[in-house]
Amino acid sequence: MSAGGKAQAGRTAYVNARLLDPASGLDRPGTLLVEGGRIAELGPGVLADGVPEGFEVVDCAGHCLAPGLVDMRAHLREPGAEHKETLASASRAAAAGGVTSIACMPNTDPVIDGIALIEFIARRARETSLVKIYPIAAITRGLAGRELTEMGLLTEAGAVGFSDADRAVADSLVMLRALSYCRAFDGLIMQHPEDPVLGTGDMNAGELATRLGLSGIPNAAEVIVVERDLRLVEMIGGRYHVAHLSTREAIAALGAAKARGLAVTCAVAAHHFALNETSVDDYRTFAKVSPPLRAETDRQAAVAGLADGTIDVIVSDHAPHDEDSKRLPFAQADNGIVGLETMLPLALELYHDGKLSLLDLLGKMTVTPARLLGLSSGVLAAGAPADLVLFDLERPWRIDVDALHSKSRNAPYDGRPVQGRVLRTVVSGRTVFTLPAGG
Amino acid sequence: MSVPVRDNRYPHRHLLGIDGLSADEIGYLLDVSDSYVDLNRKVDKKQTGLRGQTLINLFFENSTRTRTSFELAGKRLGSDVINMSVAASAIKKGETLLDTAMTLNAMHPDVLVVRHPESGAVKLLSEKVECAVINAGDGSHEHPTQALLDALTIRRRRGRLDGLVVAICGDILHSRVARSNIHLLNVMGARVRLVAPPTLLPTAAVRLGAEVFNDMRAGLADCDIVMMLRLQTERMQGRFVPSTREYYRFYGLDSEKLALARPDALIMHPGPMNRGVEIDSQLADDITRSVILDQVELGVAVRMACLEVLSGNRRRRSIESAVA
Repeated sequence: MSAGGKAQAGRTAYVNARLLDPASGLDRPGTLLVEGGRIAELGPGVLADGVPEGFEVVDCAGHCLAPGLVDMRAHLREPGAEHKETLASASRAAAAGGVTSIACMPNTDPVIDGIALIEFIARRARETSLVKIYPIAAITRGLAGRELTEMGLLTEAGAVGFSDADRAVADSLVMLRALSYCRAFDGLIMQHPEDPVLGTGDMNAGELATRLGLSGIPNAAEVIVVERDLRLVEMIGGRYHVAHLSTREAIAALGAAKARGLAVTCAVAAHHFALNETSVDDYRTFAKVSPPLRAETDRQAAVAGLADGTIDVIVSDHAPHDEDSKRLPFAQADNGIVGLETMLPLALELYHDGKLSLLDLLGKMTVTPARLLGLSSGVLAAGAPADLVLFDLERPWRIDVDALHSKSRNAPYDGRPVQGRVLRTVVSGRTVFTLPAGG
Repeated sequence: MSVPVRDNRYPHRHLLGIDGLSADEIGYLLDVSDSYVDLNRKVDKKQTGLRGQTLINLFFENSTRTRTSFELAGKRLGSDVINMSVAASAIKKGETLLDTAMTLNAMHPDVLVVRHPESGAVKLLSEKVECAVINAGDGSHEHPTQALLDALTIRRRRGRLDGLVVAICGDILHSRVARSNIHLLNVMGARVRLVAPPTLLPTAAVRLGAEVFNDMRAGLADCDIVMMLRLQTERMQGRFVPSTREYYRFYGLDSEKLALARPDALIMHPGPMNRGVEIDSQLADDITRSVILDQVELGVAVRMACLEVLSGNRRRRSIESAVA
């Protein structure tokens, strides 16, 4: 396990909080006690007679205290592209966004496809990160889509899942063997659902692409891979997770698979329910992302899929790029949006719009991803790690891209009004972020 | 000394596989094999029961130990033995296989021992010849004399097969040894476990009448016999398993995993071994546990028994047809 964030044996009482625990359905005012980096006790009756000596007291002023967010998909760029992001800089962004655990993608240089790299990430996280960072290892060596990685040894070394990051495992036989082999280690296979040939393009296929003269990526590029994979899972089993969905067809395919009892899961990135393809109009490369932002009907399908439970998890798909990688002709610009700091406020839009209950919404960013990755965090429960986020559910503010903590600022949200603000983030009992006064 | 007259308890013309044989037929072949074990340990081994007969070892796939074992078996019984190795490139077409069969048939051999890389090829050949055919391994299908020698090894060490728990570990998917052993052990009342990574198990493995384990520790728990299989090099390197070191870590037999089996559990391997891949080198050489060289020794006796029984059947059949 590669937990970052130095544990402190402090004793803290979070009083006057609105305790929110999606796992147990808890939503009521109360107090939460932290001792030795873990949650000691919580509930409405805790410390009714006052706080004993030796506890630091944090008055939550009635704000929401929830498990720290668990982000199943982020590209942290270390090792290899430290000019775009490091574990340290990403962890500052995560802390500011209420994210206490990150699963990082293996598309680094070198690729995280061997145990030495898993150990490197663990050590760097321990030494430099404010939050917990868990490596996802590659499914195939060098992300080349041909030879399986040492999934057993990687699991033992601390990999919490397997993904070829921004590439689909395109070869059906390789995917079948990956699903099959990882069953021996209960490994999670996380697929990037995009046919590599059909997916060669710049943006969503359709009228806008036609007007802009950009090559389009059809929805079929996604649903073809998803439907094929579902057939393979039906045949061989394995733990299968779609890393991020963007199309109504693929969401429908997941829904149908779940309806016939297949134990598969999927996620959607915040930008796919917060934005649609019009964001790339005028060749705005900061909104260029893979899979591409889709049509409004697809965005609505993502919202509906979150609401009806078809979509299990919300991810940031944090993908930092420096300006040089984005200030290019659209087709040449890199894919990616930074998202660690904006995932929670963008997700809370769904709550404020009445699409999802607060607990349902938080569950998709806490206990559900934690369980898929085999982590004990993501819950408010006695004995669980004291990974917490305190946020003001109602506070309106505008996203200021220049104020983001990530090394890269490639986010298409500048000036967007949102509602809900992180006040404090706690990792293993230690406060790693506090919103500055007037922030 | 001539071949002793015995009851005709294996009435078949060929030995193409274990599948379909009865416990009595298998037991009979093992009994006959037993009688040759002591003979093989004598200085003077030569028998004359198959004098004048011709045995052709027809190998479409490289082999040293199986071919040598059959050659010794034939020669010790007094038979003339011819070895034929057919290059892989010459056998790609079905017609060529049958042409070869009919050509050899015209020379009137008495026994053909055939190994072929394709499943079912030995049976196809047996349908075109008049002599007895012994399958010395066809593709991923069967290798009946290997299963018989494994059974003889176990029976001589343990006194029985019935009720023993046998864990067959490794590349079940491609293994003809595994398939023949599963059939034989099931018929003889042993309990078979298959231990392998999911990628090296046939999808319908449980339908073969065995318990399937992906976790070798669970699969070896309290078993009486650990039967290791060879992992072909070309199946490592990320295709069926990621690497040899990962395979050894999770599916290689080492003393730590062996400690979960019964304290007197025997280690078997059909050879040739990949030391450090599927089996720890010291364990392979541990004479208190490993019966790998016994298997080689008993292999000659088993093959002598098969030759004797099939040639006796052939002789009996020719007498009957002469009388008729």
